[in-house]
Amino acid sequence: MLDISLRKRLGDFTLDTSFVTHADRVGIFGRSGSGKSTLVHMIAGLITPDAGRIELDGEVLYCSDRRICLPPERRRISVVFQHAHLFPHMCVRRNLLYGYKRTPKALRKIEPKDLIEVLDLGELLDRRADALSGGERQRVALGRAVLASPKLLLMDEPLSALDEALKYQIIPYLNAISERFSVPTLLISHSMNEMRLMTDEVIVLHKGEVSAQTSPDELARQRMGWTRAGYINLLKLSDPIEEDGLFAYRWNGTRLLTTPGRAEGALFELSSKDIMLFRGRPEAISARNLLRCQAVSTFELDGRIGVELACGSERLIAQVVTRAAEELNIVPGAEIYAVVKASAFRRLY
Amino acid sequence: MFELTPADVQAIWLSTKVAIAATLLSLPAGYAVAYLLVFSRVRGKAFIDGLVNLPLVLPPVVVGYLLLLLLGERGWLGALLKSWDIRIIFTWKAAVLASMVVGFPLLVRSIRLGLEGIDEKLLQASRTLGAHWYDTLFTIILPLSGRSVLAGATLMFARSLGEFGATIVIAGNIPGVTQTIPLAIYDYTNTPGGDRMALSLCVVSIVLSFAVLLLNEGLLRRFSRRRES
Repeated sequence: MLDISLRKRLGDFTLDTSFVTHADRVGIFGRSGSGKSTLVHMIAGLITPDAGRIELDGEVLYCSDRRICLPPERRRISVVFQHAHLFPHMCVRRNLLYGYKRTPKALRKIEPKDLIEVLDLGELLDRRADALSGGERQRVALGRAVLASPKLLLMDEPLSALDEALKYQIIPYLNAISERFSVPTLLISHSMNEMRLMTDEVIVLHKGEVSAQTSPDELARQRMGWTRAGYINLLKLSDPIEEDGLFAYRWNGTRLLTTPGRAEGALFELSSKDIMLFRGRPEAISARNLLRCQAVSTFELDGRIGVELACGSERLIAQVVTRAAEELNIVPGAEIYAVVKASAFRRLY
Repeated sequence: MFELTPADVQAIWLSTKVAIAATLLSLPAGYAVAYLLVFSRVRGKAFIDGLVNLPLVLPPVVVGYLLLLLLGERGWLGALLKSWDIRIIFTWKAAVLASMVVGFPLLVRSIRLGLEGIDEKLLQASRTLGAHWYDTLFTIILPLSGRSVLAGATLMFARSLGEFGATIVIAGNIPGVTQTIPLAIYDYTNTPGGDRMALSLCVVSIVLSFAVLLLNEGLLRRFSRRRES
């Protein structure tokens, strides 16, 4: 449980935030300049707020009324920074164990051996910290933070310094950490996909204030109204067969054909704008994927209608303009055919 | 042509002793002041900074004279020391003190530059991993500032070898007791026919200074090799 209400003035900018969350994987979402980083630094004890209160799992870390302000080393909140910031004069092993050695034995919940296995760091242990690649460095930084057995793991844009492909290679590691070691995490990011892949609840910061507290999926739907990219469907596809230069992935009892692909399982994104809807089954079409779905619900945002479709056990969101929605006569339970071109899928990793 | 009298040898030995003592004694204080200036939030940093750098811009003779006023029998510190039977003026300890005061700004400046170069995020990382400030100092800041400490110590040592103005005022020029190389050279230049002897000491001075530079260079290289391997 994280209960926060904080105020801090920095020049022209005022951060005035309060929220309570019980989720284990919380995201703080906002544009740059929304105060995300300031908030993280205050939670970790690296910046002193002007006033307010921070309570984590029943322990008061900061309270201006009661003049409580625990120093960072006593908060047991580890931080993974945007750039790994490994200690350059130490090898990987010493970096990893830095926090572990400073954690009282009774409070150590995670053993180095297990962590090294989960993060796949065995080969790197004797390397110097400054001789690692970007992705390796971030994995070590993550390991170093987790080995301190923190009550909360703060991740301040941990992936934004990595290139696109690397990013999605690190995400499974991050998820493995919170699943395997049940460390509560607070992820700060401006990436919607990161929010959806790594959090259960999102707190949206706007100009220093909390503008929404919602689920990552709800946030993604709302965003459909204000971005050109539309709603991004994330599809985890596996078990591909290569045919005619396309990849046929198993999905939900049928096969999805994609142009980009690889020989193993992968994560794809599919924009709601790239899904065409038909009321009856089209006879012959050039697009390679034809899915029989049922309309579940519709929602309207800024002149666009989002249509939630059920395809077996999976959900897809398509978007249409109001007139199209009227002509298609989309009502919950109606049978709809969704058509997707093989090239509309974008492989994330 | 190259010859050294027993007094010259004594001067060389004394110079080395004074420079080593001054450097070693100043290091902890110099590091502490640099740390204070870079990392602490004390008020009046500009004032402390000015005070530390004052000997750099003051004529060394002025520094020497001020020290003499302070440590002389009528100075408040001198009187205090006298009551404990400690005499500094006109002993080799005065030469050490003169070198310390004059070289201190060079030491602090150099260490300070090194400390300012350390990424603040590394210190934040170590704090959030459970390290107290002194733990961070010994495990992160000190190891990462090794090069600047070495550079500062070298500068300080070289400055001490050449210290003249402040030394002659508070330590005097007593052969065998407080006569360092520069003072001995000064004596020779005032003696008819002393040119050759002065030149010999000049050669020694050059060799010593050069050796310090080489040692510094070698140690720096070892530092960077250790970091690369």
